[in-house]
Amino acid sequence: MQALLDDVGFVVALTGVLTAAASALLGSVLVARGQAMLTDAVSHGVVFGIAATYLLTGTVSGPVQLLGAAAAGVLTVVVTQALAASGRVRRDAATGLVFPALFAAGVIVLGLFARDVHVDTHTVLLGEIGFVWLERVPFLGLEVPRAPLVLAAVLLLDVAYVLAFWERLVAASFDPLHARLQGLAPEPTSLGLLVLMALTAVAALDAVGVVLFVAFAIVPAVAARLLAARMGAVTALAVAIGTAAALAGYPLAVAADVSIGGTMALLTAFPLAAAAAWRLARARA
Amino acid sequence: MLPEALLDHTVLTVAAGAVLLGLASGALGTFAVLRRQSLLGDVMSHAALPGVVGGYLVAGTRSLPAMLAGALVTGLLAAALAWLLSSRLRVKSEAALGSALGLGFALGVVLLSYVQRQPGAGSAGLETFLFGQAAATLRSDVWVLLGVAVVALGAVTLVFGELELATFDPVYARARGHRVDLIDAGLTGLLAVAVVIGLQLVGVVLMSALVVAPAVAARQLTRGLRAMFWTAGAVGALSALAGALVSAATPGLATGPVVVLVVSVVAALALLLGPERGRSAEA
Repeated sequence: MQALLDDVGFVVALTGVLTAAASALLGSVLVARGQAMLTDAVSHGVVFGIAATYLLTGTVSGPVQLLGAAAAGVLTVVVTQALAASGRVRRDAATGLVFPALFAAGVIVLGLFARDVHVDTHTVLLGEIGFVWLERVPFLGLEVPRAPLVLAAVLLLDVAYVLAFWERLVAASFDPLHARLQGLAPEPTSLGLLVLMALTAVAALDAVGVVLFVAFAIVPAVAARLLAARMGAVTALAVAIGTAAALAGYPLAVAADVSIGGTMALLTAFPLAAAAAWRLARARA
Repeated sequence: MLPEALLDHTVLTVAAGAVLLGLASGALGTFAVLRRQSLLGDVMSHAALPGVVGGYLVAGTRSLPAMLAGALVTGLLAAALAWLLSSRLRVKSEAALGSALGLGFALGVVLLSYVQRQPGAGSAGLETFLFGQAAATLRSDVWVLLGVAVVALGAVTLVFGELELATFDPVYARARGHRVDLIDAGLTGLLAVAVVIGLQLVGVVLMSALVVAPAVAARQLTRGLRAMFWTAGAVGALSALAGALVSAATPGLATGPVVVLVVSVVAALALLLGPERGRSAEA
């Protein structure tokens, strides 16, 4: 087991698979709700949280950073929704106003004060999946790389949440009014979903950065929705597509000597193109 | 010390470039905000990255016209992908936009890493397109920016009435015999120009904020589309100038985040204090 965890290729591919699976799982729920761009706002807002946590406590990893960063991700969405609800700015402009401002503040703080620590501006933007095996923590008597360990824990949380609230999530996604009448109020699940989205974005940040996370969350879900109709099938398919892209992306990126995270994200384009072509051909037939 | 620094040629070049692009992006952003296309601007700016790198690869050198042309092409291709997904395949609009943004940026990241691993290439400057670097502005770049700004703003001024009608009352505009679909396409093209023009200074990640925030601020401060248009241009120009000077004077500080923080503060103040659509209008 320790030999496997010492294998660089295994750890990098595993990190990619866990990132893709966790992102696609929550992404398919958000896409069904028509709120896909929340992933963009949350992942950028998380960077503000990392900078603020660093300024306040000096920590650059660990549970304090995870919670502080996730709280900022949730706060970004709350501020955006409050601004849109004020009626002074429409929702798209509110989104385009709030998260870039917080992200910019975070990047400035990291650039000015945190240059010597590993959370530099380059990493938050692009991730460093090729180096995730470097940082290790003891776990169950083994030396385990930190990034995949955190990602695995977050993925377990995500799966538990989606399974526990499956009916509510499906009902609220397709017919919020009907869900309310059935006593399945959407608000608590929405907040829970948002918190998990933020935690997932923080966990994925070291590996793939803030923007590629958006691709992992949305593209597999869009492809899956073109292929399947039932929510359960869509979710399972999205996770499978993301996982396959991550698995195929690693050896391909190493062979071509290009960005690993970028290649993994880019490969989700092929299932999307295939699903789109299939749909267009079926519509014509 | 300050007057001397202001006369410095490098500083003058940086300042002129910042004012021009802030003016053009801020003013053109007016239509993006009114037409609810803020997120489309975000998609185009992220998807400009593969075009910037592709322009570099084709030109074989750091040529701003080639890189901006590439950015325009890939930005518009991403807009087309989002349109194809949402209108032909009935993907929800946010998911369609997010797919185009994520895939466009992923392609850019892969291309960027490819170029950076070529031996001996002068590709180090490409990384500055992520967060922008005012200090990288050359005198020749300012002429490119001036040309693009004059043409784009001039074209809008010539057909301002048609744009206004198509934005606020497309049905009536169509009834009057205007080609609203052409105007729509033209405005989407203008949004792409507004995004692309600032890439060197502000970077692909945050450029859309320089398109959105000045228009949001101007909307709180003005009545009428013309006033909003030029106020947004002024807000954009001043914010870009302030951000560029601060970042050029501070080693290691990228320009984009500073510009965006300045323009966001201006927009926040306008939202809180503005007379037209702001808090005081509620009373």
